[in-house]
Amino acid sequence: MKFGVVVFPGSNCDHDAYYAVTRNLGHQADFVWHDSENLNGFDAVILPGGFSYGDHLRCGAVARFSPVMRAVKKFADGGGLVAGFCNGFQILTEAHILPGALIRNKGLRYICKTIELETATTNSPFTNALSKGQVLRVPIAHGEGCYTADEATLDQLEAEDRVVFRYKDNPNGSMRSIAGILSAGRNVMGMMPHPERVADPLMPGTDGLQVFQSMLTALAANSR
Amino acid sequence: MSETNPNPLDALLKTHKLTRGEYEKIQQLLGRDPNLTELGIFSVMWSEHCSYKSSKEHLKKLPTESKHVLQGPGENAGIIDIGDGYAIAFKIESHNHPSFIEPFQGAATGVGGILRDIFTMGARPIAVMDAIRFGRLDSKENGARNRRILDGVVQGISHYGNCFGVPTVGGETVFESSYDGNPLVNVFAMGVFRHDEIFYGKATGVGNPVIYVGARTGRDGIHGASMASDVFTEASKQQRPTVQVGDPFMEKLLLEACLEAMKTGAIVGIQDMGAAGLTCSTSEMGSRAGTGIDFDLKHVPQRETDMTPYEIMLSESQERMLLVAEKGREREILDVFDKWGLESAVIGTVTDDGMLRVRENGTVVVEIKNRDLADEAPLYHRPYTKPYRNVPVDGPSFTSASVEGDLLKMLASSDLCSKRWIWEQYDYMVRTNTIAGPGGDAAIVRIKETGTSVAMSLDGNGRYCYLDPREGAKLIVAECCRNLSVVGATPVSATNNLNFGNPERPEIMAQLVEGIEGLAEACRFFETPITGGNVSLYNETLGESIFPTPVVGIVGLLPTAPPVPMAFPKVGLDLVLLGGLGDCDLTHFGGTQYAKQVLDALWGLPPKLDLEVEKSLQAAAREVALSGLAEAAHDLGDGGLAVALAEGTFAGVGAAVSIESALRPEFALFHEGASRVMVATSKLPEVLAVAARHGVPATVIGKTVAGELSIQLNGAQLVQVSVDKLYQTWDRALEESLHV
Repeated sequence: MKFGVVVFPGSNCDHDAYYAVTRNLGHQADFVWHDSENLNGFDAVILPGGFSYGDHLRCGAVARFSPVMRAVKKFADGGGLVAGFCNGFQILTEAHILPGALIRNKGLRYICKTIELETATTNSPFTNALSKGQVLRVPIAHGEGCYTADEATLDQLEAEDRVVFRYKDNPNGSMRSIAGILSAGRNVMGMMPHPERVADPLMPGTDGLQVFQSMLTALAANSR
Repeated sequence: MSETNPNPLDALLKTHKLTRGEYEKIQQLLGRDPNLTELGIFSVMWSEHCSYKSSKEHLKKLPTESKHVLQGPGENAGIIDIGDGYAIAFKIESHNHPSFIEPFQGAATGVGGILRDIFTMGARPIAVMDAIRFGRLDSKENGARNRRILDGVVQGISHYGNCFGVPTVGGETVFESSYDGNPLVNVFAMGVFRHDEIFYGKATGVGNPVIYVGARTGRDGIHGASMASDVFTEASKQQRPTVQVGDPFMEKLLLEACLEAMKTGAIVGIQDMGAAGLTCSTSEMGSRAGTGIDFDLKHVPQRETDMTPYEIMLSESQERMLLVAEKGREREILDVFDKWGLESAVIGTVTDDGMLRVRENGTVVVEIKNRDLADEAPLYHRPYTKPYRNVPVDGPSFTSASVEGDLLKMLASSDLCSKRWIWEQYDYMVRTNTIAGPGGDAAIVRIKETGTSVAMSLDGNGRYCYLDPREGAKLIVAECCRNLSVVGATPVSATNNLNFGNPERPEIMAQLVEGIEGLAEACRFFETPITGGNVSLYNETLGESIFPTPVVGIVGLLPTAPPVPMAFPKVGLDLVLLGGLGDCDLTHFGGTQYAKQVLDALWGLPPKLDLEVEKSLQAAAREVALSGLAEAAHDLGDGGLAVALAEGTFAGVGAAVSIESALRPEFALFHEGASRVMVATSKLPEVLAVAARHGVPATVIGKTVAGELSIQLNGAQLVQVSVDKLYQTWDRALEESLHV
């Protein structure tokens, strides 16, 4: 399978996602520059973490206007798998591809630590390798990770089984402890934690691999 | 001109922090009077910060060469060969004065400056560490200010490093009254590249174009370098405009663009614009190559209108680089910067006459030989006497009411407590190379391209160095090398940040001289040449000098593998002290954490150090780690055996320890005698055999157990406390003292 890893000016987890896909999973990946509108040939797209456009204005607020985001929207509308990690999640919400917003952490400070995530649904191309309730240990590294939406949206996300991960011990004040969500079509996922950071035996755990493996399983099923 | 009758020239020299003698040397070098812009240029290039005029003759004593060293001092950073065609560039730099004036931006731009030093050489930064020192948080007079400075510095480092995308993998945080009005912010950075990717700051090739890239030049930071070479007075609080504002996003773009531009093959030389900005980068690049540089200010991208030549040349606006391209290939380079949305401009050319010639719309406004600026700064042989100290040799008499109570008090002290509150604000994992992050003896990052990892340790100890700068400096080097050995790394090279007071005071100059000589001796002995660093003098406020505080960063190499943890992973392991229990007397107990935290006193001398013994101990510890004999290993440092044991329990597994010693309990448990490493092992005979082969004493002191730490001395139970209580005491103390 071939993953496109989008590079915005200021992306800094792009190399990590690339490494996880190519070295830890043994699949192909290419970087996609932010001014490209072409995602042809990719089976899945990753919006990596970082500080796109320096987080100027708001995290993801400038990146959503990048030419590549028009292509990402089209790719997602066509059913393609899109995963946004950390800043990627923020961009997806700013682009209204996913609902809600990520605001300053409750404690108003940047937090980098490994936390426990509970798998809220396995009915997704990103979690099909997991079991419901399964706990993953995955790092977070963000200052603006507090998931926020109006009550109706939160109710709808839950009713449609679109909450994909929840924090066990909510570190940033996210509403209903939400750490990651799915689009209505279930083919776009945003999550604040960094699965690409725990995809290597030398890193603190390999729990993140299962997110990627789920994607590979879903892609293989699709192409069959 | 008489001293009693100040005239305009004297006033001008005073604001430029130049002496009469220096002015006369400028006249002599130029063969005429300098104009104001030229005077400003000389003042920054000849400042202590840029010229090392007080320390240079002593810095020569430091070892700088070994088979690993590809580039020693004199470039933007030192370079070490790490095998397989790869190399690392690393250096430490201070941003002490700016961090006092404006903690957030001072620290942030400190990170930015050292990162540019690394990537200007072609290396991609993959690790940052910081050694930060503040006044005491609990000070009645200054506690609130010290807490504010700490918070600002931490957020500044966090802001810049996180956004740039480099992990902050470790460091040290120390609190001491002597840093009350003068915090120390020393930032270390390391980057990796291939041997054939190394770039130097040389303006070679007559006729080659000189290109300016990055942020526009503004009026910020004018005279930062000379500010950094001054003592603080009440008026310093008014110096905020001399501190620059950092933009890590711009720096990230600059990094990517520079590395990409380097790949074109069209770059001849490159240097960042740090202290003294455009002045320093042009004159140093020209001086290194023996060439001149001729450029016109009208081409320099400017943020503000009507800037004078003086302001443009002395601005310290951040995130700017100067590079020299191969003639005719400018476009290739400019295109890369265009791609990254960065401004770039050809501002001039390399010439053959060795002159820095600056024009304003064609008219020459500066004409100085590059080497006069970069290499002809006056050298001072500053007089020195005996190192200043104002504490007794003899210690007080004291008896501990409760050794266990003392241990808990120490674990809750801001020096020894968990710094988690700090390092959780740093992204210490980005780039997925961090094999051992903050909180351990040494940080380890892997080099993905090879099978090698780099271990790093930063250390300083102002108390030891105040008691005896020479021995203190040696102890720091030994501790750094020991930290590396504990995780299995072989120390290969060092960088140093010399934080001292006013060198014009002979007893402070003596601290500097003895500190350097101690570093030189130890670095020579451990074969860790110093490939670069930074000198920060005039660290005093209102006549109070800081403790002499050399900070050393040492890098070591080891094969990439899962790290040996510091904390005990399971019960039933044997605990061995490589190096034995050690020895101590009252005099050598005066610089310990026990003396500080429990007795609030300082006296005597730092712990004794025998370099040969230390070297054998390190070899043994390294072999134990590398041959997989250690389930956990930890250096005995601040707080001695008892604190090391407590730290060993922080993974939730306790220890039952029983020792026999003729030392009094406080000494036995808390002395900081060097050359000791604690190992938890399931292969005791093998560990003892390694120790014996290296001629290192080894004492079996107990076993890991569930639930509690228990320490008996000569059969008497001194400590019996649950690991939960130890952890809770240690973990939350910093947050509590910060009231957050």
